[in-house]
Amino acid sequence: MAVADSLNKRKKMMLWSGIFILLVIVLLPMSGYIVTGLNESQQQSAEPTNPRADTWRQVRQGNEGYTAVTGQEANELIQGSGETWRQVRNGPMATYGSWFLGFVLLVIMAFYIMRGRVELTHPRTGETVERWTLNERRLHWTTAILFILLTITGLSILYGRAVLIPLLGYPGFSLYAVGAKFVHNTLGPVFMIALFAILVKFFRHNFFNKVDLEWFKAYGGMVGDKHPSAGRMNGGEKVWYWALATAGLALCFSGLVLDFPNFGQERQVIQLAHVIHLTTALLLIAFSFGHIYIGTIGTEGALEGMTTGQVDVAWAEQHHDLWLQEMREKNTDSPRSSE
Amino acid sequence: MARMKFLCDAERCIECNACVTACKNEHEVPWGINRRRVVTIDDGHHGDEKSISVACMHCSDAPCQAVCPVDCFYTTPEGVVLHDKDICIGCGYCFYACPFGAPQYPQEGAFGARGKMDKCTFCAGGPEEDNSQAELDKYGRNRLAEGKLPLCAEMCSTKALLAGDGDIVADLFRNRVVRRGGRPDNWGWDTAYKEQL
Repeated sequence: MAVADSLNKRKKMMLWSGIFILLVIVLLPMSGYIVTGLNESQQQSAEPTNPRADTWRQVRQGNEGYTAVTGQEANELIQGSGETWRQVRNGPMATYGSWFLGFVLLVIMAFYIMRGRVELTHPRTGETVERWTLNERRLHWTTAILFILLTITGLSILYGRAVLIPLLGYPGFSLYAVGAKFVHNTLGPVFMIALFAILVKFFRHNFFNKVDLEWFKAYGGMVGDKHPSAGRMNGGEKVWYWALATAGLALCFSGLVLDFPNFGQERQVIQLAHVIHLTTALLLIAFSFGHIYIGTIGTEGALEGMTTGQVDVAWAEQHHDLWLQEMREKNTDSPRSSE
Repeated sequence: MARMKFLCDAERCIECNACVTACKNEHEVPWGINRRRVVTIDDGHHGDEKSISVACMHCSDAPCQAVCPVDCFYTTPEGVVLHDKDICIGCGYCFYACPFGAPQYPQEGAFGARGKMDKCTFCAGGPEEDNSQAELDKYGRNRLAEGKLPLCAEMCSTKALLAGDGDIVADLFRNRVVRRGGRPDNWGWDTAYKEQL
């Protein structure tokens, strides 16, 4: 028994000493924390930073200093956002912008080849109805001509360096660009007034309703041979209206920021306005391609409404049946013979 | 060939604006335009106040050159960024892109319409024939063609502003830093030349 007892005791001692050694192995190296543990975080924050580095950090962040020289933002040493603007404008904006416009043109061309013109399903009746009044047509063509001029001059500023300099040479393109800049900066605000007038004039016709939903479901009658109903403005025209009412307004206001440097707006504001101006302009130019296509070669009998003001009753019945009905109800002798 | 660079030693600049005046006088710079300016950081805070003379830094990958719609900029074999005023249309893009605020415009017409851009030429004129009257009228004096360095740096009373071969400028500045201690703050070099000392 005594032997077994002493063996048991030895086992116990071995076990306990083993645990003790393990604990010491784990805890002893951590004893340093008794001294430094609490102070460590304080030491890190108390480490003095290089005061001069702070000065240069301030400069890089575009902090303002003092300068005896007068001039726009002359007291700012470094303006970091310019490089970002350059990368955005020369990179994605210019590259994807050109792809986007090209892609939209290709899609329209492919659509024309596959679908062809949307023709009148019934022969012309010879009877016409007034679709656009003289004032509406004046307003439309004023805005349209200004839009086209601004598109050409604007795209010349963005892509002229790549496309037109090889054609015109440096002095030739410079001469053209001086004119383009003048035309763009002068006609921009005029376009804005014309656009505002159009938005106000057609406002009440452009609320979406259930008829438009059906119109979109039938792809506006462009795909297939269905003839979805539409009032004076169809769903597509309403989308174009709201594109102009949103992107168009952003385009105009960002344009004003760029056009009038005399108010001393800062470069960061100008850069942002420029990116907005480019984005909305490219978007609306692409939209206008579709609008011009549908209004001219895409639809038989559509253009005459905007040139002469009169459309054939057969056309009105096919494309704007609800509006024709409304016109007939309002004025029973409204549809008049063109003979 | 030497790569021309500017360096302003902020530990030496005393904000006397002599560089600004020298530049304006040498090139007959028009009213309202300053090709060079001195900016003071922490003005009035004793010990923290630092001044830097800044103009076009003649960047290696110049943002002005990249965004110009009519491509009127060119870099000389000496690394000086110059522009052709006959091509410039005064659109303002170079001013938007420039980190140093170097491009300046005379006002031409109503609503702040910009005339042809003007900026520091590193005293190297423009595309016209060296030292011709046309060059003098448009861009100012061409001191580089006369074998001289930019006047702003030549005139600097404390030799804070250094201009010339980038390697020599860097050596001069490095020697100063070694003697006086501290860190080399070659301000603007990482932005303009994508390199430190």
